Formats: sequence, C-alpha cells, structure tokens
Amino acid sequence: MKLRRSMLFVPGDNAGMLSTSFVYKPDAVMFDLEDAVATREKDSARLMVYQALQHPAYRDIETVVRINGVNTEFWQKDLEAAIRGGVDVVRLPKTENAQEIHELEEHVAKIEKACGRPVGDTKLMAAIESASGVVNAVSIASASPRMTAIAIAGFDYLVDMHTRRSDGWEPELFYARAAVLHAARAAHIDAFDVVYGNVSDDEGFLREVRIAKNLGFNGKSLIHPKQIDLLHRAYLPTAEEVNHAKRVIAAAEEAHSKGLGVVSLDGKMVDPPVIEEAEMTLQLAAAA
Amino acid sequence: MKVTKEAVAGTLESSDLLVKVAPSDKGTRDIVIRSEVIKQFGKQIRHVVTDTLDKLSVSGGSIVIEDKGALDCVIRARVQAAVLRGCGSQDLDWGSLS
Repeated sequence: MKLRRSMLFVPGDNAGMLSTSFVYKPDAVMFDLEDAVATREKDSARLMVYQALQHPAYRDIETVVRINGVNTEFWQKDLEAAIRGGVDVVRLPKTENAQEIHELEEHVAKIEKACGRPVGDTKLMAAIESASGVVNAVSIASASPRMTAIAIAGFDYLVDMHTRRSDGWEPELFYARAAVLHAARAAHIDAFDVVYGNVSDDEGFLREVRIAKNLGFNGKSLIHPKQIDLLHRAYLPTAEEVNHAKRVIAAAEEAHSKGLGVVSLDGKMVDPPVIEEAEMTLQLAAAA
Repeated sequence: MKVTKEAVAGTLESSDLLVKVAPSDKGTRDIVIRSEVIKQFGKQIRHVVTDTLDKLSVSGGSIVIEDKGALDCVIRARVQAAVLRGCGSQDLDWGSLS
C-alpha cells in the first residue's frame, strides 16, 4: 500500500518551491496550476510544471498536478503538460459529479496515446469542494479505475455551505469529511483531509490532524513544508502499537504455517482485518 | 519559430530568472546572460539556453537572461515561455519542449 499522509501544494509558477520542495520529503507533491497561478501566468506555469516533472529529484516522490477545472479554457492544456511531463496523478478541482471524471479520463487517454504513455498509466484524484460534490462523492470516487484518491477542500465547501471554519472539533466539516471518507473507502481508494491554512498555528494544525487521523483519512493536503514533519510524526504509531503489530504478524504467520485460518493473541481473535491493520501500522513505522 | 514582438517571462526572485526576448533587425540570434553564478555555471546556463532555443528553432532575435540561480529545468521553462509569447504562439509542439 502506498503511503499518502502528506500532499504538499507547490504553486506551479514558483521557481523557488519547484526547485526545493522535494527536499522536505512529502509523500506527494502537488504542483498547482489552478488557484495559485494568476491567469496571465498560466502558460509559463504549465511549462514550469512540465519541466519540473522531468527533474530526477521528483523521481521517488508521487507527483500530482492540480489542473484547472473542466469549466475553464485551461484544463486541456494543463493535461497535456502534466501527462507529457510524466505526472503520476491528475487532480481535478471542484469536482461536482462523475460525468466530469468520465470527460477527464477520455482526454487523458487521448493524450497518453498521443505521447506514447501506456493508456491507464495516469491516475486521477478528485477534489470535492461543494455540497453537490459531497452528495455525489460515492459516484465520483468510483467513476473510473484510474481513481486513486479523493480529497476534500474545506474553504470552497464552507463558502458553498454558507458557513466558516470554527475551532475545536469543527462540526461544520463533519458531514463532508465522513461522506468523502466513506465514498473513498467504498471505492477502495485513498482520502485526503482539508488544508490547514494558519501555518503559524502548530497546535491548531495538530488538533485537526488528530481529527483526520481518527476518522480514518490517509493524510492531509498541506500548504507549507513545516507541516510535513508534524503530520508524519502525528501519524507515527507508538512503540506499544508497533510491538503489538509485530506480535500480530508473528501469530498470523504461525497460524498460516500450521494451516489454521485464525488464531488468538492475548485472548483476541487475529483475523484478516486485524492483520491488515498490523501491516499498516508497521508500514507507517517503517516510513519514519 | 520567429520572435515577432517583445516578451518577458519569469521573475527576479531567488532560484528564478527573467527572460526578455525581442525581434532582431540584424536577423542574428544574440544571447546575453547575466548571473550571480556566472563564473561557476555560466557555460551550463548558456548551454541550456542555446539548446532550448535550438529545439524551438529560434534562429534570430535578442534574448537577455537575468539569472538568479535557477535550475536547468526552470531555465528551460522560462526561455520556452518567453519565446512562445514573443512568437504569439498558441499551439505547442511538445516534442520541441523536452
């Protein structure tokens, strides 16, 4: 299973960040051609992202390009730059319904054929930023075998819902988080939580990370490199959890060698979901 | 490609560069490069700029580079953007941009 704890936003026309963001070792880098780029700089940013994608430093990091929405004049050119540059995942912003994913994948396939990439090589991610997107999250998440993740974007969603961010347990985001997460899990894809915009508030950021982690999100979209280490540490299992996971795996292997379907450990049944959780724990620990 | 009008791409921020292109009366290709790291990387910067212009088939024009320590990939992108703007080109030949 691929780790997707952190996805760092990098403005597509920011030479400094394009040249250094790999240093911070996020699980994914998301080059942004949408909101972070002024309209008159879209052409230049597209070329910057196209070139950066081919830089050897990004070879070992999952690369994502946020293209402009399908209701703009930019998105098809953005797709050309991203796919021809070798991007791993295309992120569609403001996804409202499954039809948009179908339209996107049709164009992706055409470009893959034209540039010699295997058809199906480019994965897709949808960002949910509205009430209708949340309502349609299940069909969006399962709209294509290319879908690899779904992300909730808080700011636009809350504007659409006529509300704003609060501190504490954030009830205003609870339904959207739960709906998007269930859609992702039902489609067997990953889920990213919202960005936390106040980069000087580590305490608030970590409070929100705990909410996302406890709900079951794979990780969060991030807007500042300093949030990466905080996030990764928060997702790190405790020594006790790692020790228990190792014992679960050992018990499962022993059961397997004896031809048993299930085994008990400390009086509790060790079945496939328990083993899967233990494997995830060990994977998170190994990534530290 | 023929540069038909003045155009600019990039910034003067660290790790970036500013590229100015303009038509040339003489029909020659004149490249001026200014960089804080010209002694260490001047040859490499010129190589990347020249290679990028060659792939775009730019044989004439004035190209002025103000480099602020940009990586090769950034230099390529900014030169391409300035040239495409200077040529008024909308349709990209992606094969010429690699």
